[in-house]
Amino acid sequence: MTQLTINGKSHTVDLPSDTPLLWVLRDDLGMTGTKFGCGLALCGACTVLIDGQPARACITSIDAAKGKKITTIEAIGLDPVGKAVQAAWIDQNVPQCGYCQAGQIMSATALLKQNPKPTDADIDAAMAGNICRCGTYGRIKSAIKQASGQSGAMS
Amino acid sequence: MSLPLDSRHVAHPEGADTVHIVNVSRRRFLHQSLALGGFVLAAGVSSAPRAADPPKYGADGMPNGWRDSPLIFVAIADDGTVSIVCHRSEMGQGIRTGIPIIVADELEADWSKVRVVQAPGDEARYGNQDTDGSRSTRHFFMPMRRCGAAARMMLEAAAAAQWKVPVSEVQAKNSEVIHTPTGKKLSYGKLAKAAAALPVPADDSIKLKDPSQFRYIGSGKQKLLDAPDIVTGKAQYAMDTRLPGMVYAVVARPQVYGGKVVSVDSTEALKVPGVLKVVQIDPTPGPPSFNPLGGVAVIGRNTWAAIKGRQALKIVWDDGPNASYDSTAYRATLEAAARKPGKVVRNDGDYSAAAASAAKRIEAEYYIPHLAHASMEPPAASARIVNGKCEVWGCFQSPQAAHDLVAKRLGMSGQDVTVHVTLLGGGFGRKSKPDYGVEAAVLSKAMDGKPVKVVWTRDDDLHNDYFHTVSVEHLEAGVDAKGMPVAWLHRTAAPTIMSTFQPNEVQEANWELGMGVINVPFAIPNIRIENPDAVAHTRIGWFRSVSNIPHAFAVQSFVGELAAAAGRDPKDYLLEVIGPPRVVSPQMLGDTWNHGESPERYPVDTGRLRRVAEIAAREAGWGRTLPKGRGLGIAAHYSFVSYVAAVVEVAVDDKGEITIPRVDIAVDCGATVNPERIVAQMQGACVMGVGLATVSEITFKNGRAEQDNFNTYLVTRMPQAPREIRVHIVGGPYDKPLGGIGEPGVPPVPPALCNAIFAATGKRIRQLPIRDQLKT
Repeated sequence: MTQLTINGKSHTVDLPSDTPLLWVLRDDLGMTGTKFGCGLALCGACTVLIDGQPARACITSIDAAKGKKITTIEAIGLDPVGKAVQAAWIDQNVPQCGYCQAGQIMSATALLKQNPKPTDADIDAAMAGNICRCGTYGRIKSAIKQASGQSGAMS
Repeated sequence: MSLPLDSRHVAHPEGADTVHIVNVSRRRFLHQSLALGGFVLAAGVSSAPRAADPPKYGADGMPNGWRDSPLIFVAIADDGTVSIVCHRSEMGQGIRTGIPIIVADELEADWSKVRVVQAPGDEARYGNQDTDGSRSTRHFFMPMRRCGAAARMMLEAAAAAQWKVPVSEVQAKNSEVIHTPTGKKLSYGKLAKAAAALPVPADDSIKLKDPSQFRYIGSGKQKLLDAPDIVTGKAQYAMDTRLPGMVYAVVARPQVYGGKVVSVDSTEALKVPGVLKVVQIDPTPGPPSFNPLGGVAVIGRNTWAAIKGRQALKIVWDDGPNASYDSTAYRATLEAAARKPGKVVRNDGDYSAAAASAAKRIEAEYYIPHLAHASMEPPAASARIVNGKCEVWGCFQSPQAAHDLVAKRLGMSGQDVTVHVTLLGGGFGRKSKPDYGVEAAVLSKAMDGKPVKVVWTRDDDLHNDYFHTVSVEHLEAGVDAKGMPVAWLHRTAAPTIMSTFQPNEVQEANWELGMGVINVPFAIPNIRIENPDAVAHTRIGWFRSVSNIPHAFAVQSFVGELAAAAGRDPKDYLLEVIGPPRVVSPQMLGDTWNHGESPERYPVDTGRLRRVAEIAAREAGWGRTLPKGRGLGIAAHYSFVSYVAAVVEVAVDDKGEITIPRVDIAVDCGATVNPERIVAQMQGACVMGVGLATVSEITFKNGRAEQDNFNTYLVTRMPQAPREIRVHIVGGPYDKPLGGIGEPGVPPVPPALCNAIFAATGKRIRQLPIRDQLKT
């Protein structure tokens, strides 16, 4: 039995302790907003926050996540920074297919919580692990700047 | 909901006996090839058109054509909510916002009340649903306008009847009908029931809006309808389907094209906690088409259990006839083919004589490797069978094909199969092939109908893709004393997509050749295009922009090489090679396909091609002085009946590292529906073009794709993406036919980048990806 605290709620799961958090979220707990993209922490689609730090759920075992505060896309809007990021994403029409965007938003929120006024280089560094195959990077960068209250967001 | 009534009973333009063509997407192309090439496709394809039939183009030429009845596509609830059905699949191109924009504008619906509803796979009801070929907007703009206008007229008629006034005295405006003389108003919600009972106006009586009255079409101001769900994690992709009692499957598939399972030992797999069952999936005889490759499925209580179980399988494979497929060796094979005469597919003038008497001869050869689509959502589908009826949920670009193949594989009647279309987490052509949907259905059957979700892992996606072809493009030119080409030879050697549908096909189809190799609209008197044979050793499929990618890379790079040899400005030289503005019949260019469009309605207009090149150059500040190591490059390409030019600014540092400060893209797709998404598609196409030009490559060794994941199959990430992508839309009148948008942005980007690298460094790139070629 592993106890997980996800979005402020406690869940107990009876699964092998090496099971990645990703599949527990998606298959066992029905929280499908966190996406599967690669399984090896190479694409960022499964990004969640663990104790406020961005983490790839596909390589984070439930054993490693137990006792920590896990935040997923489903609850990031309860955070004022996360809410601002979501609003900027809508305003800038960032998504194309949208599949990677939950992970992008989690990474962007983590960035802005640590660095409220990131430079272009800061954004590149923080977001390099999140692939968008549709190529929405310019919009993502604009939306992060907008959410941070900085001008220079390109349309 | 009061509108529609049960519109299954509504007659559609083609009558009730519409022929279903199964098995293949881009079905019209194949159908056409069938007529032209005289070969026999896989079972299920209907008879070829008779010679006496007039040719059909555009949406008319696609299986099941189009529908435009508002009873099919529009529902208005009592509270005024307007639900608009989108029958095309959303994979990021924005069609789930685009179709509602068209319908709602003609309908005079209040945008804030508009919702989008996804159609299941049912072409008899909705018309063609093959979401590929950059067709959705250009084929359905007019039917969807008529649909919205007809609904508006029905609402107006209902209001007039209620007020007992002539319909000429009422006008629909923003989800209300107004009685003009008195100012009385009735909301759409209050009128919908009565409106739905009225006859649908005949097509010839429908009053379309004057385009000057458009409120949404062409404005680009509508926010994406799906964005609120996407940013909160609620959006439903095929990976996200959840059904009561669902189990999860991954499949071990043959790693070599044509490979088969010899034996499987599942003892250890079945010991993995959570593994429920191991099921062998039989391969489908004959060419793969859209059918499963076969293999061994492991079904578990969650995806992780299935993945762990698959790792524990012990399978003996027979790798079959392609076990020695090797990219290095195959490149040499293609090069040898491209250096000898091949089948002549266009022959204007006398190439040999003109080349022999030319002042100078120049030749170059280009190599473009296999690519994988690598959509962020790997293929996935779910299926269950209840009371003899099968339901499938999947990320399908061609839901009707998924439907027909599932019915065939399970031996069920088509009426007993329903295919639900989820959002697609990217598609790029991969998800036109619904093999994974058939896998889900087969596995549900093996589990006595229990809901099964098939998940492709990333290595599955990269190992068993329908790969973009691999290509050697050999070009030769004879130039005159001024360095202008008088003779042009292009040999294109690449395994054809047709090999996936029929055995032993070694030549490119007319629709592959029509993607920028035979139909080069250049003012050159002697042109010969040849297509040497190339044998496929893996499953080849269409990848966004398809054969335009290698063709445009070679042609536009070669024009840059000729310009350099002539000592000319590359932009001026390109314009001179295109020649003066003129309208050319595609048939005159040897193109019998023309993207399935009428050669009269969609001729090749070199004036439009020139104009996008000129606009991109002007907006990029062509000719400006750049610091050392920087350069501008240009390319212009016509594809999917749109004209796109790109000017790339590149910076190459002392170590040979590339950065791209800026790209200017000019696009002429005619009139626009949602210019905001046109900008987005061009930006995205630019990033994809940069990725395939710089880093992406699938290689084969011992028959197997060597790349497993994003650490070896590289794609553009944010730090490598162009710093700025500026899109310039030409626009056009709404009474002229529209062009495609999803694909035509990609092809000019790689050659524009490589031309820029040449300008910056003097180094000519002739093989993609660039990778370390500039490294010092």
